[in-house]
Order: sequence, then C-alpha cells, then structure tokens
Amino acid sequence: MALPAYTTPGERVWFYSYRTICGLIFFFLIAPIVVIIPLSFNAVPFFTFTEEMLKFDPAGYSLKWYEDFFTSLNWRGAVKNSGIIALFSTLIATFLGTVAALGLSKSEMPFKSTIMALLISPMIVPLIISAAGMYFFYSRIGLQGTYIGVILAHAALGTPFVVITVTATLSGFDLVLIRSAASLGATPTTTFFRIIVPLILPGVISGALFAFITSFDEVVVVLFVGSYEQRTIPWQMFSGIRERISPTILAVATILVIVSIMLLTVVELLRRRTERLRGVTPA
Amino acid sequence: MTTEAATQQVMTTADGTPLKVSLAKAQRRLKIRALLLVAPLLLFILITFFVPVFDMLFRSVENQIVPEVLENTAPLLLKWDDRDGELPPEEVFAAAKEDFVKGAKAKTILRVGSRMNYEQSGFSSLFRKTARRAKNFESPYKEAFIKADRKWGDLDTWRILKRESGAFTISYYLAAMDLSYGPSGDITMKPKGEAIYLTLFWRTLKLSFLITILCLALAYPISYLMSTLPLKTSNLLMILVLLPFWTSLLVRTTAWIALLQQEGVINDLLVYFGLITDDNRLAMIHNATGTVVAMTHILLPFMVLPLFSVMKTIPPTYMRAAKNLGATPTVAFIRVYFPNTVSGIGAGGILVFIISIGYYITPALVGGVDGTLISNFIAYHMSTSLNWGLAAALGVLLLGIVLVLYYFYDKIVGVDNMKFG
Repeated sequence: MALPAYTTPGERVWFYSYRTICGLIFFFLIAPIVVIIPLSFNAVPFFTFTEEMLKFDPAGYSLKWYEDFFTSLNWRGAVKNSGIIALFSTLIATFLGTVAALGLSKSEMPFKSTIMALLISPMIVPLIISAAGMYFFYSRIGLQGTYIGVILAHAALGTPFVVITVTATLSGFDLVLIRSAASLGATPTTTFFRIIVPLILPGVISGALFAFITSFDEVVVVLFVGSYEQRTIPWQMFSGIRERISPTILAVATILVIVSIMLLTVVELLRRRTERLRGVTPA
Repeated sequence: MTTEAATQQVMTTADGTPLKVSLAKAQRRLKIRALLLVAPLLLFILITFFVPVFDMLFRSVENQIVPEVLENTAPLLLKWDDRDGELPPEEVFAAAKEDFVKGAKAKTILRVGSRMNYEQSGFSSLFRKTARRAKNFESPYKEAFIKADRKWGDLDTWRILKRESGAFTISYYLAAMDLSYGPSGDITMKPKGEAIYLTLFWRTLKLSFLITILCLALAYPISYLMSTLPLKTSNLLMILVLLPFWTSLLVRTTAWIALLQQEGVINDLLVYFGLITDDNRLAMIHNATGTVVAMTHILLPFMVLPLFSVMKTIPPTYMRAAKNLGATPTVAFIRVYFPNTVSGIGAGGILVFIISIGYYITPALVGGVDGTLISNFIAYHMSTSLNWGLAAALGVLLLGIVLVLYYFYDKIVGVDNMKFG
C-alpha cells in the first residue's frame, strides 16, 4: 500500500514504524515454530545451531532423530495410543454433540441457555481441575489407568467444540427447506438424511476436527487419568522434556507442525464451503 | 340453543378436543423430543465430568477416615469438654486402646496418623509408635498411653484429635488459604515464612494479569492492521496467527525451551553479536520470565481473534468523520476508535486471563521455581505429596475464581457467541 503524495514526514515515520512493529509481532508469533524445523535435523544432540549447520555443511545435518522417532518402541506406542484414543473419543463426542446440537437448535427447547452453559463447561473449567476430579473419581470406579477412562475423559473435553460448531451451522439453517421437503412428500427420515445432513456436514466435520485435535493435543488429563500404558504423543513429549531432552522431541514437533498445517487447511476449506452454501461470498 | 353457542365459541379439532389443548399437547411433544435429543450428551457429561468435579468438592471437606477408624474414641471425644484444661477421662483412653489395637491389625491406624500429620507434624510417628505398643497396654490406660509417648499427656494432642473427629473438616481449606488453628483453637494467619499458598495465588493472578496485558499490547496493533488491510492480505496474515493457534501446545513450549535456554538460540545470538559474554549467558528459562514469554506467545491468538472480529465491524468512516470534524489522529483514536474496541478487549482479556490462571503444562516445563502457578501445586499434591484433600481444596478455590470470571465473560460476550478458527 503506497502512501498518498500529501502525507507529511511525520505521518511517514509513523506509518513505517507501525508497520515494523507489526512485522516484529508477526515474527514473534511464527519464528519459534519455524526455528524448530531446521533444529530437528541437527547432527548433534543440542537444541541450538552448530557451526556446521550455519555453514550449510551436510555433515551438520542428519535424519537420525527422525529415525529414532520411527523406530523407538516408546514413540511408536505413543503414536498408536494417540490415534486410538483420539479416534474413539472423537466418534463419541461427535455423535453425542451433533445429536444434542440438533435438539438445542429447536425453538421448543426449554432451559436452552442453562443447558448450553452446562454442556460447554468442560471447555471452561481449567484442565488441571478436570484432571484432578477425573483422577479422584475414575480411580474410585477403577477407570484410572485404562483406555476407556482416557477415551471417556477426552470425549467429555471434546463435546463442547462439537456442540458449538454444529449449533453455529444450524443457526444459519433455513427451516423452509424442511417444510418444502415435507410438502414434496419426503418422510422425516428422508428429510434428515437427504436435506439436513448434507447441509450441516461441514459443521459436523469441523466440530469433529476440533474434538480430534483436543484429544490429540491434550496432556494434563492423560497425565493423571492415564498411565504409561496409555501414553500419547503429548504424554511422551512431556515426560521427554522433563527427563532428558533430546532432539527427537524436535523431530516429533516438526511432524506435528506439518499435521497442524494440514488440519488448518481442511478447516479453512470447510469454512469456505459453508459460507458458499449459505450464499456468503468473501468480499 | 345455549349449548350450541358454547361449542361454537371453543374451536375444536376434528376429533372434538379443543384446539388449545391439542396445540399444547403437540408443543409438549416437541419439547420432549428436543429434550430427548439433548439427554444423552447431558447424561454423558454428568457422569464423565460433573460427578468427578463434585467428587473433588466432596474430597476437599471429607474426613471419613478418622471417625471410621477411631470408631469408639471419636464419639466420646466429641462429647468431651476440652475447656477445663484437663485431659480426657479414662473411658476415652480405654476406647482409644481398643481402636488402636483394631486399627493396627487392619493397618488402617497409620492412615489416620498421616491424615492427622497434616494438622500437626509428629502425629504420624506418634500413631506408629502407639500402634506398635497398644496391644500390651493395661489399665489404667491413661498412664499407659502417656508412658508410651509423652505427647498423649499433652492437652493439645487431644484437642486437635477432637477437632478432627467429625466426618467433615475445613482444615484443608484453612491450609489452602494459609490459615491455621492457634493454640486456643481460634483461626489465625500462618506466620509470613510459612504462608505459601496465598503467595502462590497472588503470583498466579499477577503473572496472569501481566500475560493478559502483554497479549493485549501485542494483539492490538496487528489486529488493527489486519482489519484495515484488504481481505486477501489480511487472510494471509491471519495464517500467521492461526498456525501457532493450531500447533500443539507442547511443540510451542518445546520451541521456547530451544530458544530461551542457556545454550539456546537467543543466548547464542547475543554472544555472537557480542552483546553478552559467553560466561554471562542470560537465564531466561526455568523462572518467571520463561513462563511469561512462552505463555504470552501461546495465548496471543486468543486475544487476536476476538479483537480482530470486533475491529472488522468498525466502519472506517468513523475515523474519517472524526478527523473531518477537526480531531487529531490521536484524539480520534482515543475518543472514537478505542471505545468501539472495548468489548473486544474485554472478551479477549477475560479469555486469556481465565486460561492462564489455570495453566499447568507450560509453567511446569519452563517455570522453574518462581514461575510455577497454583495448578502446579495442585498437581504436586495429587501425585507427589499425595495430600488429595489439600489438592482438592486448592482446586475448588481455583474453580471458584474461574467461575466468577466466566460469569463476567458471559455478561460481556455471551457464551453462545464463542467461535473458533
């Protein structure tokens, strides 16, 4: 954006210094994440750039931390556990959350705001408190240190995201569509599967993605409700950072950054699709 | 004639029921159907989330172990009047002997000992010692107890035991607020050196406030920039905000460890440029600085997103109109633009504050000693010191603070308006 010719020198200085400040803030946001990517190819077990790396000497780089990640039993178990726990908790959270959102969006729903507040509370309550409560209660009923315990806990933490995204999608839903489907002879079941589901599907999928990332990224609850057997990737990273820090963690971090870029892309595409379907075109 | 007129006044459906009744019935059916859709999730959240939180509430006051194991002594102690300055009567000692013998056999007495040790250190060893000898005690039991350990002759021992003989206790809350019972049973502040939790709560609030202010200071300029740029450019810049938002928390914490540690990137750069000498590297991690820097970075997107969405709705004509009416850019900003963004500041600010006062992972990894927050102590009492009652009491206090803040958040923004991405 070029400045108009009539700007005073003072305004020019202000304009450029403001832009510089903004640039620095964006740098602060993104630099830490970018920095770990080259560091994960370090040939020596340090968290910093070596002389060889700065001279772009191939000897300074190595893939051994990635090799360590893919071959170590600890990490392989963690990947498997993360997948299983995130998958099942997402399925539970998405199913229950979507059904509840369908009920909440009905105009006849009584006590709507109270119920909404209750359903959202797992998102509001600090994780350490949820973790403490679940640890106490699940060890009472023998679910502490089991897959079922961790899956149930993660499903509970994921449902608010599903409820919020699906109710948001439903709030833009045109009820006339249901009536016209009925007037054209569709049964409620047909209407649900052929009219409602395709329209709210983007909301459901992005809610499911939020639930998935919640479980995939969650560490506090899994630290208390789970045990070594249920170790997930974040669990393994947490104990790795605490005990002996090795660049394998940076390799894992790099892989996770790539995963999150992919997820971000999917969510963005879904958001655009919803907007297009609703007839909102990006200006 | 009259009956005919009456039936005409009330409209009915085909089968003769009044329309009003029929409508109410249909409405009720719809209501029940809506409730039935919500019921499974409500039930699920109730069992997996609310019951655990209530369990924590219960644990913070629960004291079952003492009256259960000391089943004969506890009721007698509760009746005993400790104000006349004399030891309990012989029947209490006799009951205590019985409880100790039984408790030693069932191995439960030592748990009472460690429970009472939270009230005053020394109880644990007192109980262990007495449990070993109790089966050889002979009447008169008072003398036998005092012979086994002189502490049984101390009035305070019995006073504390009497105080904690009920099924419920407030002593975990007292401990969590750095209060304790004085010598005559009144509640007093702990001396300065022993007060840890109030300091900790205060530090948690202080650091959270600092992080919130830093987030605001960093989020305001970039949100404003993004709201004024054309959509294509601002979407690109938004990616720079959303990518950290979507990146695993542990990845971001790890990144800050790599950057801030003594042999880390920032120290290396400073040494390379000669700003500091090699043996003078800055300690930026495992202290409060590490916590504040890493948490500001992690929570910044939570401030940018609400601010940006508010700023986008402010028409640029407002500022132009203000300048047109003779306001300098500074005055126009302070009197026109800024007041319009206050709701965004409130929303983002409370959100960041709520998240940071309950934060555990980042302070645990980069906080060291003076950068740890209240949640780290909850975790410590849960997994290391195993004082679950105190952990629960601290948790309930923290939950109380969060709920109050959440109430204000709901007033300002409304829970329903929460959006992501």
